[in-house]
Amino acid sequence: MSDLIRPKDESELAAVVAEANAAKTPLEVCGAGSKRNVGRPLQIASSVTTERLRGVTLYEPNELVLSARAGTPLKDIEAALAKNNQQLAFEPVDLGPMLGEEENQATIGAVFAANLSGARRIQVGSARDHLLGIRAVTGRGEIIKSGGRVMKNVTGYDLCRGIAGSWGTLSVMSEVTMKVLPKPEAERTLLFIGLTDEVAIDALCRALGTPFEVSGTAHLHAEYARRLLDTEILRRPAAVTALRLENFEESLNYRADRLAESLTAFGKVVELDDQQSGDFWNGMRTLSFLTDSDDPVWRISTAPTDGSKVVSALSKRLDCRAAYDWSGGLIWLQTGPTADAGATEVRRVLSETGGHATLIRADASLRSSLDVFHPMSSGVAALTRKLKQSFDPAGVLNPGRMYAGI
Amino acid sequence: MTSLAILEPNAEVLNHRDRLIRGLRDLLSTDRVVADEDGRRAFETDALTAYKQMPLAAVLPTTTEEVSRVLRYCKANDIKVIARGAGTSLCGGALPSEDSIVLGVSKMNRVLDIDYMNRTATVQTGITNIGISNIVSPNGFFYAPDPSSQLACTLAGNLGMNSGGAHCLKYGVTTNNVLGLKIVLMDGEIVEIGGKELDAAGYDLLGLIIGSEGQFGIVTEATVRILRAAEGARPMLMGFNSSEAAGACVAAIIGSGIIPVAIEFMDKPAIHVCEEFAKAGYPLDVEALLIVEVEGSEEEIESLLGRISDIAKPFKPKGIRVSQSEAESKAIWLGRKSAFGAIGRISDYYCMDGTIPLGKLPEVLVEIGEICARYKLNVANIFHAGDGNLHPLILYNANDPAEVERAEKCGAEVLELCVKVGGCLTGEHGVGVEKRELMLTQFSKTDLEQQMRIKTVFDPDWLLNREKVFPLELHAP
Ligand SMILES: Cc1cc2nc3c(=O)[nH]c(=O)nc-3n(C[C@H](O)[C@H](O)[C@H](O)COP(=O)(O)OP(=O)(O)OC[C@H]3O[C@@H](n4cnc5c(N)ncnc54)[C@H](O)[C@@H]3O)c2cc1C
Repeated sequence: MSDLIRPKDESELAAVVAEANAAKTPLEVCGAGSKRNVGRPLQIASSVTTERLRGVTLYEPNELVLSARAGTPLKDIEAALAKNNQQLAFEPVDLGPMLGEEENQATIGAVFAANLSGARRIQVGSARDHLLGIRAVTGRGEIIKSGGRVMKNVTGYDLCRGIAGSWGTLSVMSEVTMKVLPKPEAERTLLFIGLTDEVAIDALCRALGTPFEVSGTAHLHAEYARRLLDTEILRRPAAVTALRLENFEESLNYRADRLAESLTAFGKVVELDDQQSGDFWNGMRTLSFLTDSDDPVWRISTAPTDGSKVVSALSKRLDCRAAYDWSGGLIWLQTGPTADAGATEVRRVLSETGGHATLIRADASLRSSLDVFHPMSSGVAALTRKLKQSFDPAGVLNPGRMYAGI
Repeated sequence: MTSLAILEPNAEVLNHRDRLIRGLRDLLSTDRVVADEDGRRAFETDALTAYKQMPLAAVLPTTTEEVSRVLRYCKANDIKVIARGAGTSLCGGALPSEDSIVLGVSKMNRVLDIDYMNRTATVQTGITNIGISNIVSPNGFFYAPDPSSQLACTLAGNLGMNSGGAHCLKYGVTTNNVLGLKIVLMDGEIVEIGGKELDAAGYDLLGLIIGSEGQFGIVTEATVRILRAAEGARPMLMGFNSSEAAGACVAAIIGSGIIPVAIEFMDKPAIHVCEEFAKAGYPLDVEALLIVEVEGSEEEIESLLGRISDIAKPFKPKGIRVSQSEAESKAIWLGRKSAFGAIGRISDYYCMDGTIPLGKLPEVLVEIGEICARYKLNVANIFHAGDGNLHPLILYNANDPAEVERAEKCGAEVLELCVKVGGCLTGEHGVGVEKRELMLTQFSKTDLEQQMRIKTVFDPDWLLNREKVFPLELHAP
């Protein structure tokens, strides 16, 4: 176990990083540490955690804005929001359980550092789209800010986006400000049972082309569907295609009927009520269908209509099963044991369709011998390397976690 | 406006103008290089017309490869480059310098791919903003960010400024609606980022490039999200006896859990001018007006507008009026979208663009009034109320140098006020030259130095839109 440094505030955090920068000694950056095993394994003696940087610092429900120190547990923020019938609309996925950790450990800083978004991304955008402002400590040990607490802000470059999704390799966020939104009054889910991947994705994409504001579009192979739905709903093992509607109660009946009408070609609809629908999408949010094994898991992002093509091409060469979110554009792909977790095949197929794949779950030896994050084009790689240097010239923050040498 | 500091132009470049223009003509056909005085005049300013400067030349390439050749040539010859879409920037974002060429993408306006199943459109960036929606609207789709200048402004400029619009409260601004782009860097390298997938891999270069005000590279193509339009939409008008009441009503609507697609605010002077222009039926006996638009089916619209009317009651709205027809809705929006033009007919104006936390609205409006009174200038206030983005229009006479100077100082004070109450200098128009010297009121030197390092990552010689965004003293040699 490495040496764990727990600064109590932003200025202590800045001092820790400044010292590391001066001594050129790398730091592992973490929040609660629930996603430590994502990325290339680090060989680092010291870790710095934001877990003592806690607390909501601003919450104005009428302005749809909340700020919190980076180490604040996500669950605390969600609880504060729930009191006002509000939520983080991007519905951050919880990677913890599938990585063998407890549920609900994530800190808010890490949610943005990993740009974790859930099913509602197709409707409202991803985590990065909801990030309004940050304070952060760069690899130079300097405290910077970008954005602010207002909804619209184009003053200076957009470092909120730049830093979201950089997995602690550019800076350590100390405080984040985000847009929050009202919780819909109620929800409803329409299910189709037994569709093939290709037909299912056709249905999901068509549903998003209707005006009914579908807010969840998933398709699960039978083995996964069984884990999210009980036998009363899913009598026999079969693939399940799910469409979520959320709105005021009075709109839901109307929208559910019209949506089902527009999709009659895809077969009979099974409807989940508010409670059942909530449970189903909570299963999607915690990826609970991936928790019963430690087989390698890829997170593949592609054009939605290419989703089934990618999986069908891979199925010919690999033992794999898939869950699709984002109407086919996000695939959680579990592969059976092979020497390279299927990396060669996954990347070959994506080089034809476009898109990218991250090896989210695999043992450390695989993660150190493979490209965990998708290999970059030379142009993007050059910018990536220079961007890292501009924030962290001595390479002290999570060096090598995303890409070797960066 | 009166006293824009500029960097010493590069004499080497100025002295060899003829040779450099011949060089550009070897790269592109002759008619794509505008070098004569009359031709160049079209590029000497943008919509911040108080500043003008003739560039060396303007070039109008038609392909990404041509853009690449031009940039490589400019880099080799130390020529500065100003990216330009339609030149509607309100902050001098497309203002040239004497030793620069303007690179306009307006000839690159082709639609490359429309994909309804994946809900994307891939286009060359010289297409106008409305051009994208026009192509997909027969199928019930639209491109969401809708700046009031949408008939003229290009996607290129929208990407440069991360532009917003009235309907961004629900649908987000430019950066939330772009999935991929193709950018040409100063050394001619063509880099593709993202695509039709819903998140790009690795660092969020897309997010950094959008809003970089033409300082990172020339964006030639982009893949944007297109969305299925709601079944219907309808605006309603609500007048109030005070701006305070209108502001409190906005907060109450949002706090109730309803997010309308748009909530626009106008104060009395703005209402009168816009009504005069658009004959939209705005009430004239009120101090403040809200335009609130909701979407959905007929029944949903009825029910939402009903809820909103109930929420508004305690704030004593005067003359609530729900649009009864398509034509009426159009007129209501025409009044709002042509507000700048309408005010421009009666006076020169200086358009501010600060954003404030909504809760500070009443006090900020009072203080803006006081600041303007102190400078003996009139002001009309129009803004995107749902997101706190203010557009005070400071009225002045451009032919009176003393008044021009007062307007400029007055504007700066208004923006400083926005920052002081927790907001920012610019919500959607960008920094450009106009607000660059104010950047230190919002940011520390350390903040700006990190931003400038990112500029250097993309453009090591600082040839692209050099004099914009950052206070000159921070980076002048
Ligand atoms: C009447 C009026 C109303 C307006 N209303 C709004 C509004 O509601 N919301 C809003 O956000 N703005 C508004 N604006 C401001 C302006 O229209 C926007 O900033 C718009 O995006 C500019 O687009 P453009 O094509 O005119 O770009 P330009 O003015 O030509 O350029 C804008 C910036 O983008 C850069 N740029 C241009 N092309 C490229 C490229 N290919 N690659 C990289 N950088 C590039 C330029 O260098 C410049 O910095 C309004 C302006 C006017 C005059």
